[in-house]
Amino acid sequence: MRHLLSTADLDAAEAVRILDTAAQMAATQAREIKKLPTLRGRTVVNLFFEDSTRTRISFETAAKRLSADVLNFSAKGSSVSKGESLKDTALTLQAMGADAVIVRHPASGAPHVLAHAGWTTGAVVNAGDGMHQHPTQALLDAYTLRRHLVGDGGRSDASGRDLAGVHVAIVGDVLHSRVARSNVHLLHTLGARVTLVAPPTLVPVGVEAWPAQVSYDLDEVVADGKPDAVMMLRVQRERMSSAGGGFFPSPLEYTRGYGLDGRRLAALPSHAIVLHPGPMNRGLEISAEAADSPRAVVVEQVANGVAVRMAVLYLLLAGDDAAGRETRADAGTAGSGETTRDDA
Amino acid sequence: MTRYLLRDAAPLGAEATDVLLADGVVAAVGPGAADAAGPDAVVVQAHGLVLLPGLVDLHTHLREPGREDAETVRSGTRAAALGGFTAVHAMANTTPVQDTAGVVEQVWRLGQEAGWADVRPVGAVTVGLAGERLAELGAMAQSAAAVRVFSDDGKCVHDPVVMRRALEYVKAFDGVVAQHAQEPRLTAGAQMHEGVVSAELGLTGWPAVAEEAIIARDVLLAEHVGSRLHVCHLSTAGSVEIVRWAKSRGIDVTAEVTPHHLLLTDDLVRGYDPVFKVNPPLRTAADVEAVRAGLADGTIDVVATDHAPHTREDKDCEWAAAAFGMTGLETALSVVQQTMVDTGRMTWADVAQVMSVTPARIGRVADHGRPIEVGEPANLTLVDPAARRVVVPEEQATASVNSPFRGRELPGCVVATFLRGRATVFEGSACDEGWRVR
Repeated sequence: MRHLLSTADLDAAEAVRILDTAAQMAATQAREIKKLPTLRGRTVVNLFFEDSTRTRISFETAAKRLSADVLNFSAKGSSVSKGESLKDTALTLQAMGADAVIVRHPASGAPHVLAHAGWTTGAVVNAGDGMHQHPTQALLDAYTLRRHLVGDGGRSDASGRDLAGVHVAIVGDVLHSRVARSNVHLLHTLGARVTLVAPPTLVPVGVEAWPAQVSYDLDEVVADGKPDAVMMLRVQRERMSSAGGGFFPSPLEYTRGYGLDGRRLAALPSHAIVLHPGPMNRGLEISAEAADSPRAVVVEQVANGVAVRMAVLYLLLAGDDAAGRETRADAGTAGSGETTRDDA
Repeated sequence: MTRYLLRDAAPLGAEATDVLLADGVVAAVGPGAADAAGPDAVVVQAHGLVLLPGLVDLHTHLREPGREDAETVRSGTRAAALGGFTAVHAMANTTPVQDTAGVVEQVWRLGQEAGWADVRPVGAVTVGLAGERLAELGAMAQSAAAVRVFSDDGKCVHDPVVMRRALEYVKAFDGVVAQHAQEPRLTAGAQMHEGVVSAELGLTGWPAVAEEAIIARDVLLAEHVGSRLHVCHLSTAGSVEIVRWAKSRGIDVTAEVTPHHLLLTDDLVRGYDPVFKVNPPLRTAADVEAVRAGLADGTIDVVATDHAPHTREDKDCEWAAAAFGMTGLETALSVVQQTMVDTGRMTWADVAQVMSVTPARIGRVADHGRPIEVGEPANLTLVDPAARRVVVPEEQATASVNSPFRGRELPGCVVATFLRGRATVFEGSACDEGWRVR
């Protein structure tokens, strides 16, 4: 693994390996001294073109627990409005010797361009790009699902296992959601079955090519689909205004049709869990009753996010595949700006 | 003036013959041409080469005035000549906009001074391309530039009343409104064709219906007021169907397709390389097949390049920040050969129709798109269909490098271009100042 740009780039073995590594990382986090020396001397840059305190903090914590040096580069606003291009930002980070660049950007594909334009030799981790992908979110979701739903409900070791047979309903604004796109690919790769549930206005044209079923009826999916997990997506209130696209008539109507409340929670299978990538709109896509129920694993998702991001950084910068990169860097070409890597 | 004797050239791909160019016109055709040439004529061994009327582009962005960092009239028309063009229509979205007689005359004059191809400025339909108030169309028509094609290209004349008025008004001077068909509300923030690929890439979709709805409205308006309408860069299967229907009703509509819409699909966007960002966007393989079929059966009248040069900084960035557009003057004929001629769907005579005769007729360009006959203006291009070349944008004459065909091997090569009997391109090279026939 050279970059982590999209869950579509991961095969099942790679995905399981990340989850297994995350489990090992999580085990170290139960110790009194949480810090590992693994990435000592390596530099990880958080390059955030969009506000996202929780994602940035999660990556920062993960990198620091691995003893990496962390730089936070906040470049809010698009590169255009800021006046500095993505290219110049990347060249600057390259000159500072970034070993990994974690990038959050409002433009879909910006991390892909960063990874492939030759502007930086560091590993690129996509921390969310536009409506495209947020792969570490999907990985932490998969990790959480596996912990609860595979290996006898977490009572036996799930390492090496995928999510075969698990049914996940992803509910909400699929159209604008990078979380949904990342999860559809990854869950499918791991053998899970996915049902997308949304009002038709919030399902993208072209969804028929996705490895997922689509339903417009949450009650039916809850009652008949017997999902093992329900993943609620954040819905932005402004989507209902005509300026925001007029995707649904009112928040109340949305909540009636697609919100997870106590009634729907009770109708779920008893073992089913509830996920949400956060931040939650309590009272819109999820009621307080559902959000605070023991079946909601939202807080655990946050903790798992650190372990998964540690695993990703470890595999990118210190894993077997990263060895070639280090060797070449030691040969004195690092920092020349001309270094090319061919380790795929 | 140098006389040229083209030996064994194949006019419109037909039987080879000799053609003599002298004093700006076709002086002789056939066996007698060699005798009439005289001893000082430059002899071009044109065996195996196809002789076409000089190509006429209905849709070129020359960027001057305003964006001389991307292209100038001189660099753009030099590129046009190398692509086999003898006339180009310079689109109105310059800075300042070509919405007054003064600006269109400036562009026309720059073309005259450059001398690479006849530049026919396109006038804006509305002041500042704002879509609200008609520009002084009459003044532009009566200016030295003699504008006949009016377009807000880059933007759609979306207000139906403004569109109706424009269609009616240009009848007074035999003008035509060339519509950039894009319903603005359906394409707010649009980045690429809406479909399977946009759903996967998370890029805001540009639905086919946003183009088709405007074309449907406009053909009905043109029918209602009895005007002629030209549809720019038609890109979808549905648009082909609508234009086919309109023509069957006798509506005076013409339509163009770009070379890139004849060859490329939205799958290319997967790498997020902004060189493939264009408006209207690259569509699906089914759309590509439909526009090829439409061009072959005459539903689509012309191929126009929509040559849209952009600076490196406008393309060397993330997708959303990049400008829309691709260069095309120097690859257009090759793409048409590959997609239409080499596939057996069109003859070279058909190519002459869609790239020269018909665009000249739509734009009311005298002296271009004429038959290759004695006494006609010697606006001609000589093509080697057997040649093959790999596209290297840095080696092209256009000042910009945003060619979507980079690295592709394309068939055909322009060997020579003649503008009123003067070679602008000879032996495949531009005839720059100081150039002499060797």
